[in-house]
Amino acid sequence: MAVDRVTVAKIAKLARIRVPEENLDGLAGELNNILGWIEQLSELDTNGVEPMTSVVAMIPPQREDTVTDGGRPEDVVRNAPESVGGYFVVPKVIE
Amino acid sequence: MPPLNEQTLSAARDGLAEGDFNAVELTQAHIAAVEAARPLNAFVTETPERALAMAAESDKRRSAGQAGMLEGIPLAIKDLFCTEGVLTTAGSHILDGFQPPYESTVTANLWNQGAVMLGKANMDEFAMGSSNMTSFYGAVENPWRRRGDNRPLVPGGSSGGSAAVVAARCALAATGTDTGGSIRQPASFCGIVGLKPTYGRCSRWGTVAFASSLDQAGPLTRTVRDAALMLRAMAGHDAKDSTSVDRPVPDYEAALTGDIRGLKVGIPTEYRVDGMATEIDTLWQQGVDWLRQAGAEPVEISLPHTRYALPTYYIVAPAEASSNLARYDGVRFGLRVPGNTLDEMYEATRGEGFGAEVQRRVLIGTYVLSAGYYDAYYNKARQVRTLIANDFAKVFETIDVVLTPTTPSAAFAVGEKMDDPIAMYLNDVFTVPASLAGLPAISVPAGLSGDGLPLGLQLVGRAFDEETVLRTAGVLEEAAQFTAEPGFIAGRG
Repeated sequence: MAVDRVTVAKIAKLARIRVPEENLDGLAGELNNILGWIEQLSELDTNGVEPMTSVVAMIPPQREDTVTDGGRPEDVVRNAPESVGGYFVVPKVIE
Repeated sequence: MPPLNEQTLSAARDGLAEGDFNAVELTQAHIAAVEAARPLNAFVTETPERALAMAAESDKRRSAGQAGMLEGIPLAIKDLFCTEGVLTTAGSHILDGFQPPYESTVTANLWNQGAVMLGKANMDEFAMGSSNMTSFYGAVENPWRRRGDNRPLVPGGSSGGSAAVVAARCALAATGTDTGGSIRQPASFCGIVGLKPTYGRCSRWGTVAFASSLDQAGPLTRTVRDAALMLRAMAGHDAKDSTSVDRPVPDYEAALTGDIRGLKVGIPTEYRVDGMATEIDTLWQQGVDWLRQAGAEPVEISLPHTRYALPTYYIVAPAEASSNLARYDGVRFGLRVPGNTLDEMYEATRGEGFGAEVQRRVLIGTYVLSAGYYDAYYNKARQVRTLIANDFAKVFETIDVVLTPTTPSAAFAVGEKMDDPIAMYLNDVFTVPASLAGLPAISVPAGLSGDGLPLGLQLVGRAFDEETVLRTAGVLEEAAQFTAEPGFIAGRG
């Protein structure tokens, strides 16, 4: 299942990464090499094999659904490229 | 007495306890060493003022009789661990200026035991790489050179800065993280010890995530004993990481008895890969002989799915990375590149903020998780991962530890292997299987290549049996008598 420049552009859109037009063919080639290489897994019969969900057998821990942290709005926005009054600022979304 | 920056961690611990020197003196020696080693580019951020302040506090605690396990010990911290108020970059442009308002659990554990922070070590961007060449902050130079060849070599990666500073005697130890070999491979390339603990042994909280089902923090040190000391301080249950395991942390140093009589050591047939250098094979055989002479029993074993480990890893890790790296959107922290719409801003920020290898892996991950391919790639890889883990579970019914080479070659030159991503991925052929199975593994420097570069041997143990791994590593270390030194040592010449 070869990846072409149209597919690369589509994946890049899904991943929200701007890829310049002139890089699409090069990336398609690289991704095809990698995908072709990982394709060898298909020769292995995995019928009935449980897909791994956790590498260490353990029961996920439960805790009370209570607030354990918070009340630090200035810490939350301190690293934001742009913030006003405790809010993150982004380009206008709704006209 | 050797210079203070050339002591082992355990010797420095004893020297501090005896009062031969204090933490401020030890830290001053290391700050000078860090400065002397600047040509290696091994640090993204140096924190000398903080180090001196921490050392002064440490001396006060010691005088008050409140010394921790690593009291006064200067360390380098991989720049993947969030450190409160100190720039944390993950080697990426996209985290420009990020100063975490919190401390990672692993580093908090180290400071609670009295350790001192020298700075943040350079690394491959988001821990994706085996050469430290993908860092936004530039390549790190390995303190070793080939005999008769002055070209700079890579330190390995992704914990390349951590490995280089320990080898160059700028820090008594460093933290690293290992997703597919990122502690063990650079340790092998730099002639030091690197330990990846069992998945769940160290908390992942506050460590920038790459592939969450694989990431595990561990130490890089100059001796096996130092690794035992570091792990004890780093490890432990943490309610803030739901995959952190709630079981007691043993006294790993006490496990170093030197007695491995009767231990069954598995030698996996499938690790004799095509094209492996003869000197690697010879060193591996030497390792088998050393363990036999110490009373262990080598056993040929089979791990039949070994050859599928790398392709499995290069589905699972990018898939998890594409999800984990979704948070870098130019909104909450780091770099923002303007755009007319929200989506354009995201795309511009991520297109400029992520380097080529990170983009490649996020794209692969997005592809294998996308509709129509999820079963063929991602679920298939998770099934093969089960088979690989089962291979290990089966052999550990009859053996105690597995011995393999750490890497298929010694350190390579800056720029080599850069044109083909798969050639670079093959560096991790021996380290990835233990990562996929979540098992503890260590690299111990065991010999030199024909051109004078360090080579490591790897031991893999049962889940949560770091003690057997460390005990066996101690025996290998004793037998190997690895006393060779890199060409560059901070403060000499």
